[in-house]
Amino acid sequence: MSRSFAIQIRDLAKTFTLHNQGGTELAVLNAVSLDVHPGECVALDGPSGAGKSTLLKCIYGNYRATQGTLIVSDGNTTLDLTTASLRQQMAMRRTTVSYVSQFLRTIPRVSALDIVAEPLMEGAGGDIDRLAAARRTAETLLLRLRIPPRLWSVPPATFSGGEQQRINIARGLICPRPVLLLDEPTASLDAENRLTVTAMINEAREQGAAIVGIFHDQRVRDTVATRVINMAEFR
Amino acid sequence: MSDIDQPILSVKNLTKRFGDRIAVNDASFDLWQGEVLAIVGESGSGKTTLLNCASARMTPDVGQVSFRTRHEGVVDVYKLSEAARRLLSRTDWGYVHQNPADGLRMDVSAGANVGERLMALGERHYGRIRNEAAQWLSRVEMQQDRIDESPQTFSGGMRQRLQIARNLVTRPRLVFMDEPTSGLDVSVQAKLLDLLRTLTHQLDLASIIVTHDLAVARLLAHRMLVMKDGCIVEQGLTDQVLDDPQHPYTQLLVSSVLLP
Amino acid sequence: MSAVTTLDPAINLDTGYNFAYLDERTKRMIRRAILKAVAIPGYQVPFGSREMPLPYGWGTGGIQVTASIIGRHDVLKVIDQGADDTVNAVNIRRFFQRTTGVVTTERTVEATLIQTRHRIPETPLQENQIIVYQVPIPEPLAKLEPREAETKKMHGLSEYGLMHVKLYEDIAKFGYIATTYDYPVMVDDRYLMAPSPIPKFDNPKMNMNPALQLFGAGREKRIYAIPPYTKVESLAFDDHPFEVQRWQQHCALCGAKESFLDEVITDDQGGRMFLCSDTDFCQERRGEVASTAALVERPLSGSV
Ligand SMILES: Nc1ncnc2c1ncn2[C@@H]1O[C@H](COP(=O)(O)OP(=O)(O)OP(=O)(O)O)[C@@H](O)[C@H]1O
Ligand SMILES: [Mg+2]
Ligand SMILES: [Zn+2]
Repeated sequence: MSRSFAIQIRDLAKTFTLHNQGGTELAVLNAVSLDVHPGECVALDGPSGAGKSTLLKCIYGNYRATQGTLIVSDGNTTLDLTTASLRQQMAMRRTTVSYVSQFLRTIPRVSALDIVAEPLMEGAGGDIDRLAAARRTAETLLLRLRIPPRLWSVPPATFSGGEQQRINIARGLICPRPVLLLDEPTASLDAENRLTVTAMINEAREQGAAIVGIFHDQRVRDTVATRVINMAEFR
Repeated sequence: MSDIDQPILSVKNLTKRFGDRIAVNDASFDLWQGEVLAIVGESGSGKTTLLNCASARMTPDVGQVSFRTRHEGVVDVYKLSEAARRLLSRTDWGYVHQNPADGLRMDVSAGANVGERLMALGERHYGRIRNEAAQWLSRVEMQQDRIDESPQTFSGGMRQRLQIARNLVTRPRLVFMDEPTSGLDVSVQAKLLDLLRTLTHQLDLASIIVTHDLAVARLLAHRMLVMKDGCIVEQGLTDQVLDDPQHPYTQLLVSSVLLP
Repeated sequence: MSAVTTLDPAINLDTGYNFAYLDERTKRMIRRAILKAVAIPGYQVPFGSREMPLPYGWGTGGIQVTASIIGRHDVLKVIDQGADDTVNAVNIRRFFQRTTGVVTTERTVEATLIQTRHRIPETPLQENQIIVYQVPIPEPLAKLEPREAETKKMHGLSEYGLMHVKLYEDIAKFGYIATTYDYPVMVDDRYLMAPSPIPKFDNPKMNMNPALQLFGAGREKRIYAIPPYTKVESLAFDDHPFEVQRWQQHCALCGAKESFLDEVITDDQGGRMFLCSDTDFCQERRGEVASTAALVERPLSGSV
């Protein structure tokens, strides 16, 4: 590998031990090795239960790897998530990796606008100017994703599935990050919004993001993926 | 390593016994500026005891608690003089009790409750104290015109907000909270959680919050400790612990509730 | 009426008791407490309060202090609310007359030892005088913080913010500091002290006073002191400074403007007038005091 990677995975295994089910072991990932470079979009493929989401969650550090190494780079520094301190992992999430989960996790009483703007507000404290700027950026994104302004001040708990998904995407893309993880970002979207989202994903990639995603929709995958990896390859 | 890379609070090998019972057994953790740490676990697992030992409200049998002060570097909290420790706990620290009556003076007005710490620090200008108190009432979403009312007349949620204002008026950098929302109705709880979330963020507070409610931990905390029988059985980022619990007890805890 | 009496012929020196009633061991114990109190101005020293032949509330703390320091050559004055002739003052004076046989006086200038309840005389005290205050509640923080261990700690660490909470509440409620009696003071920039229920009018007199000021609380078993020439500051806020009571009226008898006045109802038609609360001061201004210097054989001298 000559080019510098954004994600480098070697012999990664993830086994769930269900202590309350008689210690049942579920070996979900085994011997996963994968490099992803800036400007690449890798689509993970494979049947349901193959471990696609689990792999994304391991890269985000949401699931803790059982074995192997998993290194993330922001172009300057690298971090092995399997040995990183919690503090390093938090920093990595703030600066390097953005993760768009399949479903939006709403926060009571927090408006759609603020949920989207939040990653930009990180560290702003009470700085009014920075907070206002973050909200303006969020508004631009929401407009582009066709969320009507009357919904911006509403907590998204009551939004439709498609609306929630677009809020989640806007939140995930508001800060350009070296690594972008997308779990079925277009599953609940209509054709028009699907096009907008695929365009936004391509823009992020063209700006240098290393993207790993799960795209069930063949058309979306063909539009955004530069490479498709079948989970079966790791067996 | 720059100063800010040092934890603001560092707890090492803390043990506390009550007679034969070990309430906290060899607990260690670090907390950094701006971080919210949740301590979860079942009733009697030692959460409050750990919180009290970490906040110097109760002396541990064994262990060390270090705090990074604003100006004097890192201090060993239990090696400070009592005067210095008490000063710390009403300036740079806050403590929010589960029962607001334990943290408020119920027989003096809301304004005096908020102003007390300022007066304790030598503020001797009534107008300024009152102004500051009024501003803090607003910040915790209370009406300023209730400044002269006694907390006796306030609802549980208002009392809790007053307690928070009373603690934050000296701009502490570290706040300890023991089940701050547990006595409240669900809707009042949501409002208070939102307030805590906003304030900890705006003020870049480090805080430790004891809760048995995993949803509260999910909402407020960056990191989590899970306690069982006085031991920390698991710690990690909040979503790691809730979504991929490793310890049998954590798995049981997580599986016993609906989608935290 | 003569202001200085030797022995009232009606009162027999009661020889059944030790001089000043208390036994010498008890007096020494109390004097040790007093010495400690003098050494730590404003600090409440615990002492083994004895049963006195008077009920608590009658000033048993002050009486024990007086009994421990009074000498045969002392000239004693006893006042209650500024007057020498109230029941309380008369009884205490008689008590000491019977148990010590010392000379008593109503004149502030002639007294070496003054026991008081609720006032400081208007006539400035002198270096060789001692004033003993009767104290019902020695702990200024008691009403705000009921836990004694906690108030002890607060004194130990000079944590007195709570006292200002009380003053804050006054201003919030009334627009001004409404506390008029037992108004809290800082002694020597160190200890918060309850001056006993004197009017705050008298507070400034405690500051840099040439006399030794002793405080005794019988029920609460505490003694504290302000040595001569000690700084005593009344608490306040910068924007609500300490102020003493003022009257529109003058004393109806002596015309004094600067003394503490009592309102006296003169008839049942609502007639009233204002009189000096310090009866000796008032009489002296009216020139009604017989020259009694000759009756006092010894020059004023310290009595401990
Ligand atoms: N002051 C005390 N004296 C004796 N035992 C105590 C004392 N405080 C706590 N314990 C015991 O220590 C253990 C841990 O108690 P602790 O209050 O820390 O639990 P907790 O996790 O905060 O519980 P909860 O969720 O009920 O608040 C329990 O067995 C408790 O009975
Ligand atoms: Mg508890
Ligand atoms: Zn007069």
